[in-house]
Amino acid sequence: MSAYWKANQRKLAPWLFLAPGILMFAIYVVIPIIQSMAISLYDWDGLGVAEYIGTANYTELWSDDSFYTSLKNNVLWLVLYMLAVPAGLMIAIFLNQTIWGMRAYKSLFFFPFVISQVVVGLIFSWFYAPNFGILYNLIEAVTGERIAILADERFVTYGIIAAGLWPQIAYVMILYLTGLNNVAADQVEAARLDGAKGWKMLWYVILPQLRPATFIAVVVTVIGALRSFDLVSIMTHGGPYGSSRVLSYYMYEQALSEYGYRMGYGAAIAVVLFGIMMVFISGFIWKMWRDETER
Amino acid sequence: MVHLKKGVLAFTAALLMSTSAFAQARELKYYADFDPLPLAAFEALIVDFEAANPDVDVVLQNFDHEGYKTAIRNFLTADSPDLANWYAGNRMAPFVNAGQFMDVSDVWEANGLSDSLGSAKASMTIDGKQWGVPYTYYQWGIYFNKDVYKTVGVEVPTTWDGFVENCVKFQAAGIDCLTTGTKALWPAAGIFDYLNMRTNGYEFHMDLTAGKIAWTDDRVKATFAEWAKVQPFTTANNAALEWEEAAALMVQGKAANYVMGNFAVGNFKEGGMTNDTLGFMVFPEITPGIPRAEEAPTDTIHIPTGAKNVDDAKKFLAFVADADVQTKLNAALNQLPTNKNSSVNPDDPFLVAGFEALSSAYALAQFFDRDAPAEMAKAGMEGFQEFMVKPDRLDAILERLEKVRGQAYD
Amino acid sequence: MFPRPIAQTSPSTQLAYKIALPIALILWLLPLLGVALTSVRPASDLAQGNYFGMPSYFAYENYLDVFRNSPIAQYMLNSFKVTIPTVIGAVALSCMTGFALAVYKFKSNLLIFFLFVAGNFVPFQILMVPVRDLTLSLGLYNTSAGLALFHIAFQTGFCTLFMRNFIKSLPFELIEASRVEGVSEVRIFWYIVLPLMRPAIAALSVLVFTFIWNDFFWATVLTTSAETQPVTAGLSSLNGQWIAAWHLVSAGSIVAALPPVLMFFLMQKHFIAGLTLGAVK
Repeated sequence: MSAYWKANQRKLAPWLFLAPGILMFAIYVVIPIIQSMAISLYDWDGLGVAEYIGTANYTELWSDDSFYTSLKNNVLWLVLYMLAVPAGLMIAIFLNQTIWGMRAYKSLFFFPFVISQVVVGLIFSWFYAPNFGILYNLIEAVTGERIAILADERFVTYGIIAAGLWPQIAYVMILYLTGLNNVAADQVEAARLDGAKGWKMLWYVILPQLRPATFIAVVVTVIGALRSFDLVSIMTHGGPYGSSRVLSYYMYEQALSEYGYRMGYGAAIAVVLFGIMMVFISGFIWKMWRDETER
Repeated sequence: MVHLKKGVLAFTAALLMSTSAFAQARELKYYADFDPLPLAAFEALIVDFEAANPDVDVVLQNFDHEGYKTAIRNFLTADSPDLANWYAGNRMAPFVNAGQFMDVSDVWEANGLSDSLGSAKASMTIDGKQWGVPYTYYQWGIYFNKDVYKTVGVEVPTTWDGFVENCVKFQAAGIDCLTTGTKALWPAAGIFDYLNMRTNGYEFHMDLTAGKIAWTDDRVKATFAEWAKVQPFTTANNAALEWEEAAALMVQGKAANYVMGNFAVGNFKEGGMTNDTLGFMVFPEITPGIPRAEEAPTDTIHIPTGAKNVDDAKKFLAFVADADVQTKLNAALNQLPTNKNSSVNPDDPFLVAGFEALSSAYALAQFFDRDAPAEMAKAGMEGFQEFMVKPDRLDAILERLEKVRGQAYD
Repeated sequence: MFPRPIAQTSPSTQLAYKIALPIALILWLLPLLGVALTSVRPASDLAQGNYFGMPSYFAYENYLDVFRNSPIAQYMLNSFKVTIPTVIGAVALSCMTGFALAVYKFKSNLLIFFLFVAGNFVPFQILMVPVRDLTLSLGLYNTSAGLALFHIAFQTGFCTLFMRNFIKSLPFELIEASRVEGVSEVRIFWYIVLPLMRPAIAALSVLVFTFIWNDFFWATVLTTSAETQPVTAGLSSLNGQWIAAWHLVSAGSIVAALPPVLMFFLMQKHFIAGLTLGAVK
């Protein structure tokens, strides 16, 4: 037995290491996903008996205005949330010094990520609020227009995204701080001797070494943009009249909220959202695989 | 000797067992979502109940208000209590239709509740059976800032036209005639309900929420036409405000009137208003001759079908429905008892006004989000919010609501 | 070290930096200062609409009220009971899975990796009912263990991605050398690779700790009573049915946010104690 193991351990070891992780993941994630996909084929209020209706939920989704509003908002989130990546990098670079007390500074810069999103949403709502909001008064002073961002269908999504960027930038900053720690000091020194500095140094020497950190930063930012549930929920409840809805919130509204008893329909929305995410994941995996097979 | 010992032993054993059976009270599990004030009131009620029923031990588990709305969907199947809080009308319909609430018509029969709780009975009935017991409700109406009225020099209106005329005067003084915070959607529904009931009557409103009337009907448009009269005088950007933030506007004197429920009085007073500065009036008449119906959202207790201790649960429901119990409870809750034989604290002018308004009302509506089924309620309230911001989109809004009506009622 | 270490620049640059730092921090934390201000504001201020002005008096008793009105100490304890096992479990599992996926070449390597990443993108609303039913049938409904088990399983997806990428960037020569010397795979994992993973473990622990600590959705789905609910669900219980007690919620949020920040502060030195990778590359 142990001879077999000794001889074949390189083939068996990966499975040994993978087994507990795969087991947990399969039970709690993979199987429930499949179960939920099944639910999307039913008309079910989450309490009583489920009635099989085939793809009727999807047909209804196709002609649903709220769905398209949500989709459009999700695209906005995806695109604008990406600003967190360069912003986080800049702050990480700014903080990558070893002066006295830097540990405290780093912790405090990280703080926004650590606060409950309920509170982040709340405080930004008050910043934007008509009459007493700081930003509201600023806009009025600068442009003379009285715009309540969260009540205006033109600007509401941008307002929420801005609130979301605050903790997200803190998150990306941490990832880049870790990455910057692993940058090869000798390469940096060599490049400096060659006369590289500033942006050139950043672009040609540092960024390539930060690729793993950038990859993860982009991944979590995409996940964050497509999840974006807490802020939408607390700042506008998807309003005004549904203009700031996003797919994750719409799904919750339909399936689990106070007025939502349509689990099947909600599951269909979730499946669509998942499909969109799959496009991104496939893109990432493919790019990663390509990068690695090139090396 | 042995014989005697055995006897003594047996006797002591029997004694011990019977006392332990005595000490082992029957447990009654109650899940609720009370705020601190109602929680204290209910804990007192439970003490009274346990005094009247010494062999029952009520175990109250309290959830936070929002979390309860999610929890209830799980615990009715997962880990069912014997008693649970919820609401009346269409709000309880999903659970009734799924067979998760127990039919308690027998409790109503046995205790004559159809008479004493008559005004609330319709909202507790589905398919001719009753599914829970209502223990409190509260009035809706127009709250106003008396100081603002004095400063601008207007009288409390007795008709709708008078109200609209006052609005013009308020606007001239730079004050919002009407304020509200529609971020959470439901405050707008309160305005709609009253406008609809006053323009077209209670039966029409009930038919509309029951899905029997098209939203594109002319009579619905008439209601919105009345609404359009006050829309320009309502706080702009109300879609960005939570209801408390709008209440702050009235406290500060920047707004004159607020269509709200009586729970708001606590908030107004917290901000500094008093019985002398805060006024209450019943929503004025619009179409002359229509009998006056009011909104009175009701809080209720139900027995889940998965309950283990059904007999004691039914006793509890009967207890909560009792006139004296309701008087005491509602005095602590600062709300109105549903039992017509109960009495109200005469020192609170708002409760007195509310009790009068509700007792003499032609009929009681439950509030839009309880009278209409969930999907219609959501779409409707969004439509109201949109109308308040963009009144020129009325036709598109009504068509959309009509489309939802086709799907929501089956 | 990038950017140029500040100690190497001119004294005026150093001074400018030392001044810019606190200013940047205050600007960055302005919203947080807003939260802090709200947390010492009395309820009457909020009812009057005084949200950003000076509080009429400093209501420090809000912090006491938070501990009085709700069992927040119990909630914090529950949060620890869920978060710490999750961090240990998820990091442990993902060290193993990351190692397996990074070091070994086998056919289904990419597929399994893909599965982990994909599963993590899932909007968790979609998992609510199946996971709730599963937790029920395991008899773990309304227990810290039930919540922790779900989180361990779900976080394994993201953590595997993180760890696998990190291990990939380690010098493979170390492993090859050990294999040549006849060291068993398990010992390679335990004695060679694991110590090198310390910065990643530290960073990941902080991240997972924060995620789980701030999770609200699953706390409300899988736990229902004060004995088991974590602090996020507890915070929202400070809000009443009609009146939002934002001053209390703000105070509670600040208290609730302290453990993750503290943890980050303590784990920082592990980030710095990285290995001299550059030397081998």
